[in-house]
Amino acid sequence: MTRLISIVLFLALWQIGARFLGPHYLPAPAAVIETMIAEARSGALAFNLGVTLARVFAGFSLAMVAGSALGVALGRLPWLDRLVDPWVVILLNTPALVIIMFAYVWGGLNEVSALMAIALNKLPNAVVTLREGARALDPALDEMAQAFAFPRWRRWRHVVAPQLAPFFAAAARGGLALVWKIVLVVELLGRPNGVGFKMNEAFQLFDLRLLLAYAAPFVALMMLAETFVLRPAEKAANWRLRHDA
Amino acid sequence: MTLEIAISRKAYRLANGRERLVFEDFALEVANGAIVALLGPSGCGKSSLLRIVAGLDRAFSGAVTPAPRRLGMVFQEPRLLPWRNVADNLRLAAPRLDESKLAELLAAFELEGHGGDYPGQLSLGLARRAALARAFAIEPELLLLDEPFASLDRALHQRLRALLSERIGARKMTALIATHDLDDALLLADEIIFLDHAPARIRGALSIAEPRGTRDEILTKLRASAEIYYMIDAGGNDSLEAAS
Repeated sequence: MTRLISIVLFLALWQIGARFLGPHYLPAPAAVIETMIAEARSGALAFNLGVTLARVFAGFSLAMVAGSALGVALGRLPWLDRLVDPWVVILLNTPALVIIMFAYVWGGLNEVSALMAIALNKLPNAVVTLREGARALDPALDEMAQAFAFPRWRRWRHVVAPQLAPFFAAAARGGLALVWKIVLVVELLGRPNGVGFKMNEAFQLFDLRLLLAYAAPFVALMMLAETFVLRPAEKAANWRLRHDA
Repeated sequence: MTLEIAISRKAYRLANGRERLVFEDFALEVANGAIVALLGPSGCGKSSLLRIVAGLDRAFSGAVTPAPRRLGMVFQEPRLLPWRNVADNLRLAAPRLDESKLAELLAAFELEGHGGDYPGQLSLGLARRAALARAFAIEPELLLLDEPFASLDRALHQRLRALLSERIGARKMTALIATHDLDDALLLADEIIFLDHAPARIRGALSIAEPRGTRDEILTKLRASAEIYYMIDAGGNDSLEAAS
């Protein structure tokens, strides 16, 4: 309920700000919605939003899968960790822009380079979180599984995975917010479609109505994903939240 | 087949760089189907011995032959999977356990109605019962119990010991029970191995022929028979001092 009031308050401030600054600096919500409807009628809004969401989803999945695998490996193998850790730190501190530019220069202005750039930006974050999870695995339960001769799959599914799940969920939640911002930059720099591309177009024309017409639905979609998919998933992934007395 | 444990050397490296020798030229034979108690002061290497027998610790020189098949183990802490309920913890350890066997087992350890509980909801006493039930669920050829009653109050300790005594005689199995409590050893085992401080040496062995069910009445007599190895302190309680 408070969240709803907060959103209404935000829209009210926007309206007041628009009246104050004038349409060249901040278009009113109604004007933005008008542009949004026009873009939706032409099909451009759905198309670009769809393309961007597909990139978010693909880059995010790629980074989560590869990052989790590498993170768990680093958490379990100290020698590998000592070897790879500096690379992870370097990658973690390299500006997203630099990674994107290198990806485009090396791989060309294509979809594969774009996805690599997105995934590489999110990767170190997932690695660090899952490494923490793998380090926190309880050796006592590991011994129990060994004593009772749990086969590999049962050990993974019932002993290891439940301990890693909260870390995976935390990485996913932090990751989405990061990935969708990076996707826009990737599109702005080297893709002929998507929300980022449209925003660049709007910026060239100083068309803030168009800019906001694309920004607003995109932000709304990400907020919905966060509230109705990622947060419940995080709760479900954490056995402590489910049934600890 | 006789279980032969031969450890020529086992030492732990301490944080300060020095070594702590736990076993040196240690040998123990456990006859097939024997219930053997390892009795000794805390830190004498009982747990280390069980971990070596279980194959959890391979950093030693020596051998355990034959490598045990179908092993049931009860650790000092219950070590249940906290994200699975009691019944699932048993099922995961023993996938071939059918529902009637499961119910029977829960009943035998007085866990009726707790099958759906998660370990976080259980008291220590109940969690230990679940851990014992899990070890029995796989119908082990070799059962390893590491201080299975540690940190329980006296009444719970005795109740659980009685339950275990019943179950341990119900099916043929070889068992090694590590304990520092003389009464545990006297009431549960066929043979007691008295161990010294580390590096562990066998100070002596005592066979107990009386059937388990009748030992409660003759406990005083049994205690006296162990006195050559241990002095029972005047209070008559379970805490033991190694006789010098």
